[in-house]
Amino acid sequence: MNEKIWNWINERYKIDKILYFSKEKSVPLHKGTVWYYFGGIALFLFGVQVLTGLILLFYYRVGADQSFESVKFIITQVKFGWLLRSMHSWSANLMILAAMIHMTSVFFHRSYRKPREMTWVTGAAMLFLSFAFGFSGYLLPWNELAFFATKVGTDSARQVPIIGDFILKLMRGGSDVTGATLSRFFGLHISVLPPIFTMLLGLHLFFVQVQGMSEPMGHETEPGKKKKGMPFLPDFMLRDLLVWMVVLDILILLSVFFPWELGVKADPFSPAPAGIKPEWYFLFVFHTGKLLPPHIGPFEGEVLGVMAMGIGAAILVLLPFLDRASNQGRKSKWLDILGIVTLAYFAIFTVLGYIVD
Amino acid sequence: MAHSDTPDSGRRKFLDLFLSGTGLAAGISILYPIFRYLTPPKQEEAVVSSVNLGSAKDFPVNSGKIFRFGSKPGILVRSADGKFRAFHATCTHLDCIVQYDAKAGGIWCACHGGHYDINGKNLSGPPPRPLTPFAVNILPESGEILVSLEPEGGEA
Repeated sequence: MNEKIWNWINERYKIDKILYFSKEKSVPLHKGTVWYYFGGIALFLFGVQVLTGLILLFYYRVGADQSFESVKFIITQVKFGWLLRSMHSWSANLMILAAMIHMTSVFFHRSYRKPREMTWVTGAAMLFLSFAFGFSGYLLPWNELAFFATKVGTDSARQVPIIGDFILKLMRGGSDVTGATLSRFFGLHISVLPPIFTMLLGLHLFFVQVQGMSEPMGHETEPGKKKKGMPFLPDFMLRDLLVWMVVLDILILLSVFFPWELGVKADPFSPAPAGIKPEWYFLFVFHTGKLLPPHIGPFEGEVLGVMAMGIGAAILVLLPFLDRASNQGRKSKWLDILGIVTLAYFAIFTVLGYIVD
Repeated sequence: MAHSDTPDSGRRKFLDLFLSGTGLAAGISILYPIFRYLTPPKQEEAVVSSVNLGSAKDFPVNSGKIFRFGSKPGILVRSADGKFRAFHATCTHLDCIVQYDAKAGGIWCACHGGHYDINGKNLSGPPPRPLTPFAVNILPESGEILVSLEPEGGEA
């Protein structure tokens, strides 16, 4: 950089101090180092979401009589519209996948243990916000699949005891899924969720910078072993960038060869189409819902299902505080088993949800 | 009033209470309108008590059709023996819209695979309750199908 400009800026904003801090940042090297990339991948894909989302807004219009038409216009008339729309959908899915892999590795490494509890909590909150992003964004093209997915998804919320009916009306903007629902989901998707997500993301990254990256359990204290690390700048950063380029390539290949379909416009007076399915990350919930019997004891099966999911989500968020063993430097074997069972449930039910009609 | 370093605890308590009370009141007066704003107002809906679905003769046997009943979807089915029945088309499971299943001669929901029989009774899958029936009448003069609300507690 031109030295004069550099000096002008540095004199006012003390950039060299920040750079000094980032020079100190180092990435621990061990056999799990590869997992460190997935948080970065999720971050990169979030960036893709923000950019492609902003650009889609130039043509997207909201309303039961124009949303479908405007998306159709984007993918058929606007130059590269098909690509940007496909990228937005694919990137959303890849981002959730990357975040899940990131979370899984953090879980099995117990990286959330003291002092990084809040990094996990903000991360888990971001995962749920990503689901909310996915759920609200799914409706925006106002097609048949999205319409019924939204009916089912919002109706599930009605099963929540006491406040269920209120939540349903709050989400739908009335008692049915209509243009009012579309307006609410649009507002949520582009102006309510993004700032909340960005704040959480800021906190999450801030915590990582302040505390440094977590090392595997026992790694810190292992005698006779010299800790190995790689400077973040430029070594790891460059590797990150390389991975991001590969992810971008995958994203573009998927978008070009498997463009996201628009489907048929939603019609509130036609039956749900055969073979209807939600996005893959909701398939396990979907398939569970199919298998739940109508009544379990005195309760409706659906009510118990929704409550079980809520309890599961709460356990996930509060995990660092529930896992006492990790805070004493031990890995609980039971927790490993629970993790594997949960993953197996997720994987099997996702596959079943996909293949069973 | 005491001229010492210890603050007047009575006064301090009063101020604390006063300030937190004011803060609370300000918070509620901001949040309450937002909460009410987000709750959608009840909208006047055209009251529908019956709809005319056209000629009964032209309606194919062993088939079904979704119709509008006010703002809600209904389903009219004609079984293989030619009999008409009509129900609210909203699946009792999770709000999807059901369709006629010509193969089974019943009604099913594509969302989670719920099956009902021709009388709207839930047979298998997740639906917890039968479909709500409408009354179906064939007008004697014109031969048209008239679907109307069941009187409270009426049977299909």
